[in-house]
Amino acid sequence: MSRITGDEKHGPSATSTLDVLWVLYDRILRVRPETVNDPERDRFLLSKGHGPAAFYAVLAAKGFIPVDWLDDLGGRDSRLGFHPDGTLIPGVEIGSGSLGHGLGLGVGMALGLRAQGLTRPRVFVLLGDAELDEGSNHEAIAYAGAVGLDSLTAVVVDNESATHGWPGGIASRFAVNGWHTSTVDGRDHDALERAFTEASETGEPASQTGEPASQTGKRASETGKPSAVIATVERKW
Amino acid sequence: MRDEFIHTATALLDEDPRVAVVLADISAAEFVGAARQHPDRVINVGIREQLLVGVTGGLAQTGLRPIAHTYAPFLVERAFEQVKLDLDHQGAGAILVSVGASYDSSRVGRTHHAPGDVALIDTLGNWTVHVPGHPAEVEPLLRAAAGHDDPVYLRLSTQANERAHDGYGLVPIRHGKAATVVAVGPMLDPVLAATDGLDVTVAYTHTPRPFDKVGLRALVSGTGSADVVLVEPYFAGTSAAQVADALVAVPHRLLALGVTRTDPRRYGSVEDHARYHGLTPEQLRESVRGFLAA
Repeated sequence: MSRITGDEKHGPSATSTLDVLWVLYDRILRVRPETVNDPERDRFLLSKGHGPAAFYAVLAAKGFIPVDWLDDLGGRDSRLGFHPDGTLIPGVEIGSGSLGHGLGLGVGMALGLRAQGLTRPRVFVLLGDAELDEGSNHEAIAYAGAVGLDSLTAVVVDNESATHGWPGGIASRFAVNGWHTSTVDGRDHDALERAFTEASETGEPASQTGEPASQTGKRASETGKPSAVIATVERKW
Repeated sequence: MRDEFIHTATALLDEDPRVAVVLADISAAEFVGAARQHPDRVINVGIREQLLVGVTGGLAQTGLRPIAHTYAPFLVERAFEQVKLDLDHQGAGAILVSVGASYDSSRVGRTHHAPGDVALIDTLGNWTVHVPGHPAEVEPLLRAAAGHDDPVYLRLSTQANERAHDGYGLVPIRHGKAATVVAVGPMLDPVLAATDGLDVTVAYTHTPRPFDKVGLRALVSGTGSADVVLVEPYFAGTSAAQVADALVAVPHRLLALGVTRTDPRRYGSVEDHARYHGLTPEQLRESVRGFLAA
């Protein structure tokens, strides 16, 4: 990440997501540089778009983009901007930066995959706690919960940067709409892995694995729900 | 036109596994049967227009051909950033199908009017815009749109001409010498009535984008006059830049008629609203004659 300069304004935004991104790409997401166009891949959507330095660093470390791309952030001939453009970067599903667009797109992707019988891929959408201010997110949260869109996982990185906060906790916003929720230390890799794995299993119907839910370690009552993982990190200010 | 849309979209759901219909409660009752047949491809998100378009973008990115539908002000204006970012910026195409064109909801009021929809779509790149002037034009336009992946806006209206017309470009309906009058969609019949007995060419299009610039140059050249009158069922002048571009090498005059920018703050019938904006046959005739005499 030290190679990526020029967007220091978004420093806290970038570093808050680093551990979450690393755990997702290192341990959870079923996508590799060779499978970025495979319909069966998992989808990761960086909704907030701000401060993508950590995202670019992880993509480079995992071989999705050449490492030397990191040296020219926002340059005239660079494919890496201060906000990512999904059409320019291999492995990046969406262009983002205007807050509150990723979750709606993620809902659509989850529905589109399901409509094509692609039940294995999961859709992860990373949001910030301040991004959650945007009303469009709440349209998506209410709908995804109502229809039990279980292949969808929202990951909210919470560095308490929302101007008016979220009294009662961010998880409650999802839980009230029928989402499975967990709140974990956003710097603890094993805790993040457990939360993401549990979220993934929440989405897999028992018939997929041929085993009843109880034998796969998940609670039957938790199937058929989207999942929200609230990853708390140090405060922005 | 709405009935033809629902009928054709329902048939497309049966015929093409790539087609999906996304709704925000509007017209949901009419798609109940289709939703039973195709529960994964008829998606009603409730009264959530940002999500309507966001979901449409996500569906398109998985390879489906989504059709998103609701009232024009909610589809294009309320959710415009989703149209711009969740479709255009992602490089994803979709078919947006609106009802309520301009002042169709004349008795409802301004909240349900969107005469600026085509002007807004014009701020994006490379959209095809269809403004059918007859219910029979809806099915072929929707079927053609479902056959590719590019962005399409299909603007349905309760106003219609007596007859349907084929052809994507400017279709000559009547030939004259004094001017070329271009009528878009349901404006054709008022234009034909307005120009009855006048020595003008009248051309019709249900597809103002891409604008048929080659066709306009040919019509102007054949007419022998470089006077052009545009009559559009949305904001006046929406296609003025298209005409200017088509005739950049030809000294010409342009009269651009359509819905005015003024909110009349009136209810009443569709005919009443046509009058508020100077779009009755009598008013159009007066405008065209004044332009020709000037």
